[in-house]
Amino acid sequence: MLAESIVIIGVNHKTAPVAVREKLAFSGDCAGPLLTLMSIEGCRECCFLSTCNRVEVIFVASDPAAAAVAVRGFLFAKSGLADAEAQQYSYMYHGKDAVEHLYHVAASLDSMVVGEPQILGQLKQAYREALEQKTTGVILNRLLHKSFSVAKRVRTETNIGGSAVSISYAAVELAKKIFGSLRDKAVLLVGAGEMAELAAEHLVRQGIGRVIVANRTVERAVKLALRFNGTAVGLAELTTQLAEVDILVSSTGATDLILTKDQVKPLMRQRRNRPLFLIDIAVPRDLDPELNDLDNVYLYDIDDLKNVVDVNKAEREKEALRAEGIVAEEVVKFGQWLEGMDLAPTITAIRQKANGIREAEVAKTLGMLKSLSENERRSVEMLANAIVNKLLHEPMVFLKNSDPHDNPQLKLAFVRQLFGLDKDSSEQ
Amino acid sequence: MTLFFQLTLYLYLLATAVYVAHFLSQHKQVRTVARAILLAGGILHTVYFVARYVAAGHTPLTSNHETVSFFAWSMTWAFLSFWWRYRVKNFGVFVTPLISLLMLIAAFSSQEMAPLPPALKSNWLPIHASIAIMANGFMAMAFCGGVMYLLQEREIKKKKFGIFYSRLPSLEALDNLNQHCLAFGFLLLTLGIITGSVWAKQAWGAYWQWDPKETWSLVTWLIYAAILHQRLTMGWRRRRAAIMAIAGFAAVLFTLWGVTYLLGGVHSYVG
Repeated sequence: MLAESIVIIGVNHKTAPVAVREKLAFSGDCAGPLLTLMSIEGCRECCFLSTCNRVEVIFVASDPAAAAVAVRGFLFAKSGLADAEAQQYSYMYHGKDAVEHLYHVAASLDSMVVGEPQILGQLKQAYREALEQKTTGVILNRLLHKSFSVAKRVRTETNIGGSAVSISYAAVELAKKIFGSLRDKAVLLVGAGEMAELAAEHLVRQGIGRVIVANRTVERAVKLALRFNGTAVGLAELTTQLAEVDILVSSTGATDLILTKDQVKPLMRQRRNRPLFLIDIAVPRDLDPELNDLDNVYLYDIDDLKNVVDVNKAEREKEALRAEGIVAEEVVKFGQWLEGMDLAPTITAIRQKANGIREAEVAKTLGMLKSLSENERRSVEMLANAIVNKLLHEPMVFLKNSDPHDNPQLKLAFVRQLFGLDKDSSEQ
Repeated sequence: MTLFFQLTLYLYLLATAVYVAHFLSQHKQVRTVARAILLAGGILHTVYFVARYVAAGHTPLTSNHETVSFFAWSMTWAFLSFWWRYRVKNFGVFVTPLISLLMLIAAFSSQEMAPLPPALKSNWLPIHASIAIMANGFMAMAFCGGVMYLLQEREIKKKKFGIFYSRLPSLEALDNLNQHCLAFGFLLLTLGIITGSVWAKQAWGAYWQWDPKETWSLVTWLIYAAILHQRLTMGWRRRRAAIMAIAGFAAVLFTLWGVTYLLGGVHSYVG
């Protein structure tokens, strides 16, 4: 019954086109939205997540149906869309479905690029802001913490974030497979386009030793070289430089090949067969495809890199299926906890725990006192019974007593913790 | 005593199987198990040698069974010592099958303990034979490194990433492994030839007499000398170095078995 009160309403890249999402965009901190949400009638806890691909409200309400309309109204306030349309563009999950959805989001299974890690950081940030505004309570605190640990489990137990799914990163991964450490290696950028810049950025982040930029207009080369603390040279120096560097990223607008097999072949001798990794991201291609036939030369053009990325993406989809198993398992676990978070199961659990202890202790004592008569044995049992009942009386009254000012969940969580009813509640 | 040998063989076979399982699954715990089994095998193998030494009354490096088993022993301990200082990702799955193969060859050779031929009664026997066989051990490791290099290089060159790409280390790391093993193996090979020649002087009165084993050891030595020389001066590294490490190992095997069984000569009591 309680499970029905967790609700997620949101909009993401799958349900709404960017034209709609941009109208919903919330900028700045979440304090405003959080306070507005909390003022909705019946909304007990809430957390608000806004990224460029999704806007979501995770909340706990006593009357979910009514609160949902209000929350949707708040989300689409700036869009000018009617509630009927808003329903079309958004999704709403209740109870276990909501838990499952949040786990998907946290583990990056619901992302545009499955497995990209940023979303977890964004969710953590959203939670931090909710904590600051004190808008989360017992249920969302646990739910969000659990979603972080589910994301961690997925990351360590599957290979979902394992391989590169962008062209420039795929190139960097290949470079590492060829050269090991990039620390003492040099890269030559030929052409100063955006792709070259991106690849260089990745290489620099991986600690590449030296960056050299060659470009038709030297001005642009100097500008780019400055960014990476490198040197700029003219295009005429291409082959001279090639004898020294280890990686070449070519992205010129030239219509013909700028480097042929015959030019590189003598260089390899001069390089004493140090390997050369050639990355051709220009269309039309800059580098002679036959260069790949040379020993210790590895040539990848844009299509080759795209293939690598496609293979990796397919791999991630496969890993995502394994991640589904983990999510399903964790959803069940959370459901069990949630079911326990009610008055009746809590009372039962306390009684069970107390009776278990009583029975074990009575059996132990009677086992040692074999000389007791039947009457005396009964007295010992009654003594134990009486102690348990009297000790439990006040906590039970405290639990059942429904003061309208109390937060019933907080009370339950407190009592459950006091009696150690949820084994892993220490994680909170 | 045969029991020690049998158990060692089984442990090596088991370690190989577990290394293969680790290679496919890439679970760290599986590798820990594989290494523990291999270590147990290595220890038992050592016990076997000591027992055989005591039983025979001389260094047990005179029959084919003994030399091949010692060959496997030196590979096992070289590999285990690598783990301590110089780790190479998924090296075990390439080294252990070779160790197991050597042990199987040893298992099918005669395990009889023949009395020591008078020509071999010398303190040089343990020194010369063990150094020469340990050299083989390192050359075998270089061979494994060469095979790994070619497999990894093939996938990068063909742009088809199969089972090896993600599991094998970088080409650079494999090339370093190659150089490492070759340099150490070459040092031992040189020492093996020098000690052998000093011993020959004592036993037969001449440092060198072009016995087939000597000739082929020299050929092997020249091949490895050429590899190292070319590497340092001409930049023969990477792919070519990997191929040469494999070719050099073929010469090692020929010197070990081919000479004994095909060409004969004074070393042929080993067999």
